[in-house]
Amino acid sequence: MKLFRRLLPWILLATALFILPAFLDDFRLNLFGRYFALAITALAIDLIWGYTGLLSLGQGIFFALGGYGVAMNLMLNTKSEAGAKGIPKFFENYGVEQLPFFWQPFWSAPLTLVAIWLVPAIIAGVVGYLIFRNRIKGVYFSIITQAALMVFYHFFNGQQKLINGTNGLKTSTTELFGMLVGSPDMQLWFYRITVLLLPIAFLICRYFTSGRFGDALIAIRDDEQRLRFTGYNPVPFKTIVFIVAGALCGLSGALYTIQSGIVSPQYMTIAMSIEMVIWVAVGGRGTLVGPIIGAVVVNYLRSLVSEALPEMWLFVQGALFIFVVVLMPDGIYGWFSKGGFAKLLAAFGVAPRTATYPQLDLDENVRAEPKSIAHGRD
Amino acid sequence: MELFFSQILDGLSIASVLLLAATGLAIVFGLMGVINLAHGEFMMLGAYVTFVVQNLFKPMGGILFELYFPVALVLSFIVTALVGVLLERTLIRRLYGRPLETLLATWGVSLILIQLVRSVSTAMLLGILLAIALGWIGSRFLKLKFTDKPFLPYISGLYWLLTSLIGIAAANFLSSIRPLASTWFGPRNIDVTAPKWLQGSWGKIGDIGLPGIRIFIILLSAVLLLATLWFLSKSVWGLRMRAVTQNRQMSNCLGIPTDRVDSFTFGLGSGLAGVAGCAITLLGSVGPNLGAAYIVSCFMVIVLGGVGNLTGTVLASLLLGIIQSVIGSGSLLTVFPNLPPAVSGVVEFFATTSMSLVLVFIFIIAFLQFRPNGMFPQKGRSVDA
Amino acid sequence: MTEPLLELDDVSVSFDGFYALTDLSIRLMPGELRSIIGPNGAGKTTFLDVITGKVRPSKGSVNFRGQSLLGLSEQKISRKGIGRKFQTPRVFENLDVIRNLELAASPHKNPFGLLYDKIPVAAKDDVQRLLNYIGLEPFARTKAGKLSHGQKQWLAIAMLVAQSPQVLLLDEPVAGLTDEETSRTADLIKSLAGQHTVVVIEHDMEFIRDLNAPVTVLHQGSVLTEGRIEDVKNDPKVIEVYLGQAKD
Repeated sequence: MKLFRRLLPWILLATALFILPAFLDDFRLNLFGRYFALAITALAIDLIWGYTGLLSLGQGIFFALGGYGVAMNLMLNTKSEAGAKGIPKFFENYGVEQLPFFWQPFWSAPLTLVAIWLVPAIIAGVVGYLIFRNRIKGVYFSIITQAALMVFYHFFNGQQKLINGTNGLKTSTTELFGMLVGSPDMQLWFYRITVLLLPIAFLICRYFTSGRFGDALIAIRDDEQRLRFTGYNPVPFKTIVFIVAGALCGLSGALYTIQSGIVSPQYMTIAMSIEMVIWVAVGGRGTLVGPIIGAVVVNYLRSLVSEALPEMWLFVQGALFIFVVVLMPDGIYGWFSKGGFAKLLAAFGVAPRTATYPQLDLDENVRAEPKSIAHGRD
Repeated sequence: MELFFSQILDGLSIASVLLLAATGLAIVFGLMGVINLAHGEFMMLGAYVTFVVQNLFKPMGGILFELYFPVALVLSFIVTALVGVLLERTLIRRLYGRPLETLLATWGVSLILIQLVRSVSTAMLLGILLAIALGWIGSRFLKLKFTDKPFLPYISGLYWLLTSLIGIAAANFLSSIRPLASTWFGPRNIDVTAPKWLQGSWGKIGDIGLPGIRIFIILLSAVLLLATLWFLSKSVWGLRMRAVTQNRQMSNCLGIPTDRVDSFTFGLGSGLAGVAGCAITLLGSVGPNLGAAYIVSCFMVIVLGGVGNLTGTVLASLLLGIIQSVIGSGSLLTVFPNLPPAVSGVVEFFATTSMSLVLVFIFIIAFLQFRPNGMFPQKGRSVDA
Repeated sequence: MTEPLLELDDVSVSFDGFYALTDLSIRLMPGELRSIIGPNGAGKTTFLDVITGKVRPSKGSVNFRGQSLLGLSEQKISRKGIGRKFQTPRVFENLDVIRNLELAASPHKNPFGLLYDKIPVAAKDDVQRLLNYIGLEPFARTKAGKLSHGQKQWLAIAMLVAQSPQVLLLDEPVAGLTDEETSRTADLIKSLAGQHTVVVIEHDMEFIRDLNAPVTVLHQGSVLTEGRIEDVKNDPKVIEVYLGQAKD
């Protein structure tokens, strides 16, 4: 059993790398690639919300920035996309003749690979520091991040001349290494890269959440004021995790964009950013396995429902929000690890296996005792 | 000067809509600590109630049709207030003291409301009613049969899932019958025609015409605000609401029915959202996504003004409305035609509705750097326990 | 005469016109043990809030070792060596008991210190010793939230001691403890005094008598009287404050 637990991550990784591609068709595999990319975002949100208690409703900013970074690079380096002036064709529609300055670094592939996580990280650092410095926390933090999201959304949505506005940037028709990015072969490679990057993101999150740094994060979540009186300044802690989460979201957005084929301001809508939170809630916040499960399960469900009854998805999603918040606050993983399944079995009369005194556990009087105490208190 | 004045009037009317919407939210947030992300959808419900009332009055024609708007105003308040009370009783009640959870749960509610308005048809309504009826009767039965059995919650959960599937199946089946299948509103925007007495101008000040709709909205929000203030400070229920806010347990001990006060407060906040939605129909066509356009602005108004302070809410919405309209219309350029090119370039850059929002939000975030608790922060020991 | 370690001079705090402290002056000597009592609303907790930087006084000065504490953040004051235990036992509920103590005992309090440096052996020993002392050794790996109220009180005190501050401010350290626990706490506090300056705020008069330390009585935000517990108890002013004016 212990050996199995140690091997399990490797088994899962091997399954994702070799077995899924063998059994799934291109379309499905691409979907799974996207789910895994989104799982990185879920991990990032878990880092800041599940561990540190900061519910950010603005992670879409960083997600989309990562996506735009990749898309800009691909656009610039694809001949078929280039217009007469040597800059992407869409600029001609708005009469733009000179490439906006912030596009320049994205000619270079290495710079792009750095920018997709560094730019979100820097913005997260600035935004986070300004917010945390003023001790804005709880719901106020959520509202402010949502406003920041709207700033970016309206900016990207309104600026056709700079970034093609509401149309977004299409990557599926661009080329990389002389191959079409949207082609199945390329997509298989992107899938593999995503599958390999997800465990790395997991390890990064584990690095920050285990050990004494992680203790401090949990302490911030439980009682920030008390931590201050213990001599810690929570601001750098929060800023650091917010930066890490921003960088991970950027990476995730880049991976998602190349697999979905487009990046647009839609990634910065309020709905998208709150939806990211629900992946974490469904999977189990405050654990690192939970968000991965949540992102994959919820998005798989989304694909299923949207294919069968498209107009049902919002109902299902809404119900999911309510269900998880009210009845399953620990999420799927938390429910299992806190013995929810055993409780369910016990409720239907399947005796739980215990290491203590089974007779005692099953004794009617003993079982009634906590109940009577609870009633007595009322 | 003329232009400037009409610009201010424009800003005032934007501010009034914001104020109408934010007042309800401020009550729910400030008094109950509930982050209601479905508030925008309550506004949308109010708008749709107005639409329905208008359609009911249309056949009557003449003077009766002209009177539909006051009726719609009252009805949109009542309907959304009732929906609010229902929501409080079933959901919000379980989440007091956990504002982040209320945020997520009410977001779920807003998604459901949006889709409901988009795709509601007679068939669907029948399906939903069937599911609820079956579920309610069945779970009663299960409760009787398996009282105190440990598996009761699991079974009734499963049973509810089953009834919702039956409901969906029934709705699908009924959709094959033509007259039942057509959606009531559909996903497209709806239009409400303002009654004649609101259209056109309500007189002039100097050379400037006073557009009836804008003046009406400004007056409406002023009246409602005063009524709310009066209600909170002078009426018995208002007193109870403030008492419960300050000390729930003590209020309980004094015999205040705190649970009814909660429902009442939430209902009041929701009802105000409904009225705001009703007023918005006068400004243009409205659709199921109406809420999203307002919710963030409303929260920003509250945060900027200072939570739990209606004066702050008023000032903040005036400020936001006027800044947004002055910058967004680009009228600064016409008022000051001789600006240096660099400045006028910047002004032009922000001279659209969405870019002016960008500027306003940046302004608010910057403002909170200096006054983290808004213009009128709450003071005292209770703020940061 | 030695310099006072901590000195409050003419401190006033007002919340919207209501004065929680009015012209309060208190000096604490190094190694001193001081009890503070007073009826509810006398300003005892606000007094601690002012020292630890949670509340800024509207007037007056607070000096620690001759340096002003005004305007410093809570964490800076804490790092200077002033520790505080809150009225309700505030511990980090989702951390193991031992992790609670280690966070408090850690000499590195910046993020990179926590990421890269190991906790020093001396601090680890301190934690172990404290664990033994408060009898929570068997619960070292239990989440602090699962402890009983009394155990949380003890953990909170132990965390404070683990910070090894020069001044310990204890707000109701024995509320909700059993008699035995109370007398053990008194022993602990007495053993801390001498090396540390300890301020105890308590309602439990038995406990105050146990401590056998000078008592300061606060009333309406300023010092009513100071002295030994016996003298204070018989002071007519104190009796009046606690029991109301005697009827003639």
